[in-house]
Amino acid sequence: MTELALPAYKPKDFASNQEVRWCPGCGDYAVLKAVQMTLAKKKRRKEDYVFISGIGCAARFPYYMNTYGLHSIHGRAPAFATGVKLANPSLEVWVVSGDGDLLSIGGNHTLHVLRRNVDVNILLLNNRIYGLTKGQYSPTSEFGKKTKSTPVGSLDYPVNPLSVAIGAGATFVARGIDIDVKLLSELMIEAGDHPGASFVEIYQDCNIFNHQTWFYASQKDSRADNTILLKHGQPMIYGANADKGLRMNGHKLEVVSLGGDIAEDDLLVHDETDRGLGFLLSQLSHPDFPEPLGILHRDAEHDQYDHLVHQQIDDVIKSRGAGDIHALINEGDTWTVS
Amino acid sequence: MPMTSQEHEKARVNESRDLDSVTIRFCGDSGDGMQLTGNQFTNTSAIFGNDIATFPDFPAEIRAPRGTTFGVSGFQVHFASHEINTPGDTVNALVAMNPAGLKTNIADVEPGGVVIVNEDEFTPINFKKCGYIEGYNPLDDETLQSRYKIYRVPMSRLTRDALADSGMGAKDVDRCRNMFALGVAYWLFDRPLDSTIAFVNREFAERRNKPEIAEINVRVLKAGFYYGENAELFSVRYHVAPAELQPGTYRKISGNEAAALGFITAAEKAGKRLTLASYPITPASDILHYLAKAKNFGVKTFQAEDEIAAVCAAIGASYAGDFALTSSSGPGIALKAEAIGLAVMLELPLVVIDVQRAGPSTGMPTKTEQADLLQVMFGRSSESPVIVVAPATPSECFEMAIEAFRLAARCMCPVIYLSDGYIANGAEPWRLPDLDAIPPIAVDHPATTNNPGGSFLPYLRDKETLARPWAIPGTAGLEHRLGGLEKEDGTGNVSYDPDNHDQMIRTRAEKVRNASDIIPLLDVRGPATGEALLLGWGGTYGAIRTAGDKLLEQGRSVATAHLRYLNPFPRNLGEVLSNYKQVIIPEINQGQLRLLIRDRFLVDARGINQMRGRMLRVDDIVTKTLALLDGETL
Repeated sequence: MTELALPAYKPKDFASNQEVRWCPGCGDYAVLKAVQMTLAKKKRRKEDYVFISGIGCAARFPYYMNTYGLHSIHGRAPAFATGVKLANPSLEVWVVSGDGDLLSIGGNHTLHVLRRNVDVNILLLNNRIYGLTKGQYSPTSEFGKKTKSTPVGSLDYPVNPLSVAIGAGATFVARGIDIDVKLLSELMIEAGDHPGASFVEIYQDCNIFNHQTWFYASQKDSRADNTILLKHGQPMIYGANADKGLRMNGHKLEVVSLGGDIAEDDLLVHDETDRGLGFLLSQLSHPDFPEPLGILHRDAEHDQYDHLVHQQIDDVIKSRGAGDIHALINEGDTWTVS
Repeated sequence: MPMTSQEHEKARVNESRDLDSVTIRFCGDSGDGMQLTGNQFTNTSAIFGNDIATFPDFPAEIRAPRGTTFGVSGFQVHFASHEINTPGDTVNALVAMNPAGLKTNIADVEPGGVVIVNEDEFTPINFKKCGYIEGYNPLDDETLQSRYKIYRVPMSRLTRDALADSGMGAKDVDRCRNMFALGVAYWLFDRPLDSTIAFVNREFAERRNKPEIAEINVRVLKAGFYYGENAELFSVRYHVAPAELQPGTYRKISGNEAAALGFITAAEKAGKRLTLASYPITPASDILHYLAKAKNFGVKTFQAEDEIAAVCAAIGASYAGDFALTSSSGPGIALKAEAIGLAVMLELPLVVIDVQRAGPSTGMPTKTEQADLLQVMFGRSSESPVIVVAPATPSECFEMAIEAFRLAARCMCPVIYLSDGYIANGAEPWRLPDLDAIPPIAVDHPATTNNPGGSFLPYLRDKETLARPWAIPGTAGLEHRLGGLEKEDGTGNVSYDPDNHDQMIRTRAEKVRNASDIIPLLDVRGPATGEALLLGWGGTYGAIRTAGDKLLEQGRSVATAHLRYLNPFPRNLGEVLSNYKQVIIPEINQGQLRLLIRDRFLVDARGINQMRGRMLRVDDIVTKTLALLDGETL
């Protein structure tokens, strides 16, 4: 590792020379901005980042980053990312892709990269639609959604990305919104620092094929009443007037109004280390509940796969000595013909 | 006490007949330990100094219902006092542990051949299990009796007798029956016991800490041997003298083992770390097993969640600078096709192992075939050329594994290493190579930009090889993006320019063609011109070569040549083909190499084609070649 002082980066140092070609007004621009802002703040050299994507609008992401990058094939970004980390665990690897890529065609790889706890950071740009193929429903589209491929309504029940991630054993699970660049950047800093797989769902607006799908959660007038920003160790309060909260009722969460006989002390306090609570929170959905933003679950105690692989090799070399190919080919029964 | 070689010599009876070569096959239930028995007979014969070739033949079911024909597992060993290249067309001696084994294998035994059966298993209930009609006992069949020398040995009872005072349970005792059969075979073919006794002690007493199991196995092995000596059942004993092999140190090796050693050696020769990302599949899994044990060489093995993840992880590892490979068989290669196409586009070195098996679909997983050639050549979207190499023998898998990485690193493209179940599982003596004589594999990761004052150009090509630079993440100043979208040559930027696309397709193809600059010329065995050239590739080498030799002995001017490089072909292939009146291509497919040869050289090549899940028979190749030479159509 080089001992040279880190250059002072600005966000634009992370922008490549390629013109960004997302549709004007696309939520992906905000995510790109948040990532470039975040990397400029981090204490890491530019050449140590690798951005990897699958296929889809969001998957064009690596082309716009002036880092190492790999725009791969549909759904497989987590597998490529695993390979990069196997070869060189000191690289910081980011997977950026969409809901169709990571939850439909690539659902299997998302499951496995999370349960192995490979040290990669996954940004799932969820717009609940297939944009690049021009508007078919996605695995996160709501039941009954009318699209080009479901003219009388989708019959698929949607997948819940955060519940899937927590169920798969993910050790860092969070949610942000495209237009809240400040929150996104905070989550990206935490995700990047997390040792192991981190999974950040980002509500992203596709203003061409699924405009306003997240407006209940993203707009100034509706966000406060429809979302709750989780803070570890803090009571779960939300609402435009900070007058609503969540508390446990039996095995379920319920919404309560503060005041009267309910005080702040009666509310649930967020514990991001509690996987079970993380799962309960991941299940909260509009309009019955506020949808959680921030870090739902974090477990920094798990070993990361890529380190374990290298550790195992180091241990074997320590106990058996480094391999010698001359000795290797002579293993077993040999005989000499003179 | 293991018997020493001297004692062994003394124990030899007078009535001994010398033979040049023998093919023996052990068969029984898949739980009867036939693979172990065959392997032991092979090791002993190899160490004794014979040339050997083996053919393990087992069902895909791990433990099919006992006594049924589809649960029969076999292991064939050809051992000789001269050089041999095949495990033998016909069986000279068959050891059948049960009626199902006899039923499924007897047709391969030569007339007059030796058949030794475990008589105790020849019971009405077992006859029924393997589908013999009621009341029929093959051992009483006069046709069989007149055709073969059948020896009935009550192996189960004799094993129990030998261990009567051992205090071991019936299950452990019965498991030793294969050692009795092996002991009898060792006596009949005059083999020393030392190597198997050492193996049993190492395997059970040392590795598993079960000295009592080692002890009973050795006791039964000896009991079988002494039974042969004392029972006066066999009128004659056979002796196959050591072969005159090239001087050197030898070990027995299977194709998959040799491949694993080759890949480790390739990484060492390049000063690279090796990463294998794989998903288990028959008959390729042994490469994963072997490399998983090579952690002291820094080898990383990743058992991925599926075939696609495996190849993608390998590509990721290659991007980050490892020597990366993925291993599979035909059905898995089909799943990997899209990602291999991406590696073509990314122009990264990647080795893809295809150990072919009989198909299509799940097919016959444990049986061999050569029918993936066109799949690996063309089975991807659009124009996506790759280099294809194919070892011809088990020991050659070592060299071709090294070649695969040498070519991948030089050309910056995927290389398919096309093996097959026959050479992957088959074993032969391997003369250990001089590792120091293997040239290093040159790998260059640039540290500085190739475009001072501008952005790094990831697709700026080497003028000679047309390869692009292998710049790896972590290198300051060389940040670049790769992807599946078409690239502008030089910059690597996304490009939809028509002329650029046309040029890139041509360049990727030319880069692969240029690999022939370092591919050795094709050797011909036999006359330099003549009636016919028998041209082959892959595991059919031994059968074709032996057939060619027989045709030469019969006075026909027939030469043989074997391709180890299928894409690109050796530069002299066209010239070689033009030296013969006929080109005949024996293959275990319907003519896939033939299709390529006809296309490339406009040669009216003829095929000898069989898809029986087994190696071609030498005699079939001879007969059919003679027919083709006489102007017949097959």
